[in-house]
Amino acid sequence: MNSHNNAWLAPGLLLAALAVFPALAPHFGLDYYTGFVMRMLIVMLIATSLNFLMGYGGMVALGHAGFVGVGAYALVAMTEAGITNAWALWGGAMLAAAVAALLVGAVSLRTRGVYFIMITLAFAQMLYYLAVSLRAYGGDDGYNLMARPLLGFGLNADDDATLYWVVLAVCALCFLFFHHAIGSRFGQALIGVRDNESRMLALGYPVFLLKLQAFVIAAAVAGLGGALMVTQNSFISPSSMHWSQSAVLIVIVVLGGLGHRWGGVIGAAVWVSLEEVLRMSTEYWHWPLGALLIAIILFAPDGLGALCRCRAAGTGAARVGFFHLLRRSA
Amino acid sequence: MDSTFVIEQLINGIGYGLMLFLLAAGLTLVFGVMDTMNLAHGTLFMFGAYIAATVHEHSHSFIAAVLAAVVVTVAIGALMETVLMRRLYRRNHLNQVVATFGVILLADDLVKWLWGAAPIMAPTPAALSGPVQLMAELPYPSYRLLILAAGVAAALLLYVVVNHTRLGMLVRAGASDRPMAELMGVRVQSVFTVVFVLGAALAGVAGALMGPLTAVQIGMGEAILIPALVVIVIGGIGSVRGAFVAALLVGLVDTAGRAFVPPALRAVMPPALAADVGPALAGIAMYVLMAAILCFKPRGLFPARG
Repeated sequence: MNSHNNAWLAPGLLLAALAVFPALAPHFGLDYYTGFVMRMLIVMLIATSLNFLMGYGGMVALGHAGFVGVGAYALVAMTEAGITNAWALWGGAMLAAAVAALLVGAVSLRTRGVYFIMITLAFAQMLYYLAVSLRAYGGDDGYNLMARPLLGFGLNADDDATLYWVVLAVCALCFLFFHHAIGSRFGQALIGVRDNESRMLALGYPVFLLKLQAFVIAAAVAGLGGALMVTQNSFISPSSMHWSQSAVLIVIVVLGGLGHRWGGVIGAAVWVSLEEVLRMSTEYWHWPLGALLIAIILFAPDGLGALCRCRAAGTGAARVGFFHLLRRSA
Repeated sequence: MDSTFVIEQLINGIGYGLMLFLLAAGLTLVFGVMDTMNLAHGTLFMFGAYIAATVHEHSHSFIAAVLAAVVVTVAIGALMETVLMRRLYRRNHLNQVVATFGVILLADDLVKWLWGAAPIMAPTPAALSGPVQLMAELPYPSYRLLILAAGVAAALLLYVVVNHTRLGMLVRAGASDRPMAELMGVRVQSVFTVVFVLGAALAGVAGALMGPLTAVQIGMGEAILIPALVVIVIGGIGSVRGAFVAALLVGLVDTAGRAFVPPALRAVMPPALAADVGPALAGIAMYVLMAAILCFKPRGLFPARG
């Protein structure tokens, strides 16, 4: 069990570093980066949900941003209806995204491969045009939230550091949830479906149901991500549901390492940071990202996460096994 | 709503459908033959539009503009195939999607650097700027008729090439069963190179022709890529015939959605609500069509592989 403890050392340190960051940032004049890291955390959460769906469920969905948008607009709609409690709003956003995913998934999961990619895109585009037509919530121009939702428990959501800690806790919990879900019987069956669907069907597993469950769970977490995003920015517009946003999410996951435990986290960290740095330094900030993507695909097709894994494997034989151990012991 | 308006919209829809076909034919062949997903296909369309607009502006010759667009997109296509696509075709679709997404990012910045971020104007050829009296009540822009004719010509040409030439035979063999074709001695890799370059040329023509009708701007490739993907998926991936039928279907449904849905809604619901719902419904018409077809035929209308 020693390697099991080692496996949590790095994430534990990272979590600790992230937790103290907003407390230290003001002393170094880095206040701005509290908001930036919070945004990165939310993208990590959304990317991790997509990594769960794509990497472990084998379902490449090109419409994940649609569910992010459903969560965000659900929060907006509930706020307009007078609900101010953040926890209720976030829960409601998850529920709304889950219900949307149940309907979309029931139809989409009849197809597979490229056809699945395209049908999820189609539904996401329908949601996008729905958001554009919701003039009550700003339509094309987007919607400005008057005030941040209330966190309760004596927490002040208007303070960026407080909200940061709440977001960090929520993300960490979701991450733990996915970690356990992958290790559970459900997760292992899902991996089985990814690897060989007909065999799992022959073994008597409810393949369609398993895939639908994974689809709904991933969408619910994406919806939560959307709700957190509106909470932070107090703004949402349909452009965040556009298909290119879904494509960027896929790119982030593949960049980080598809089906790698930290794939979504690594990908989001690299992508969001690079975007920020490049955008500040040059008007032409797209092409380095494009060149990076091509280089990754040509030279490290399993993503950045796999690079770390190789290096870890090289340092000691014990570490090779810990991913297997993690899976079993969880 | 009178019949001339309906006929006019019908012709518009067919014209748009034929343009989509020019893009979708290349996409579906590349996908069908090599099982390769190329998101950057729209980028070739964008280059076609920019090159044609620039050459037309300077040379005042529309024919020279279209030719220049084809030459440049063929060159870019050949470069892309040898430098990148060749290394990707044995990878999974996700790798291909991400790498070609990278190409989109590169190309968009290149265009921004060469032509600036603002949209540029593509002039309509002077000889084709007037309308043609199609029927007593229906003057129709002659430039749109040219697009229609070009689309039909390209479709016929492709039909002949794919169904009645040796190259077409190899393409069909590669698309329907690549391992078997390779076993029989077909050099699928060289067929693929030809197909990719042909697809690039068609995308270039489409871009050059569409330029004067739409704004020539960064992102125009991505905007038309999705309808083109919808077309190849509805048609059944790898099938040129399927792409043709689906392109016309999507062209008609999309145009009809934009032309007829908003007025129809205004007739049955309050104007404010109709103004909200109309554009949204028009926007999703194409996607509803795709979702409905995939519901009943999960592999498209004319699947190329059994």
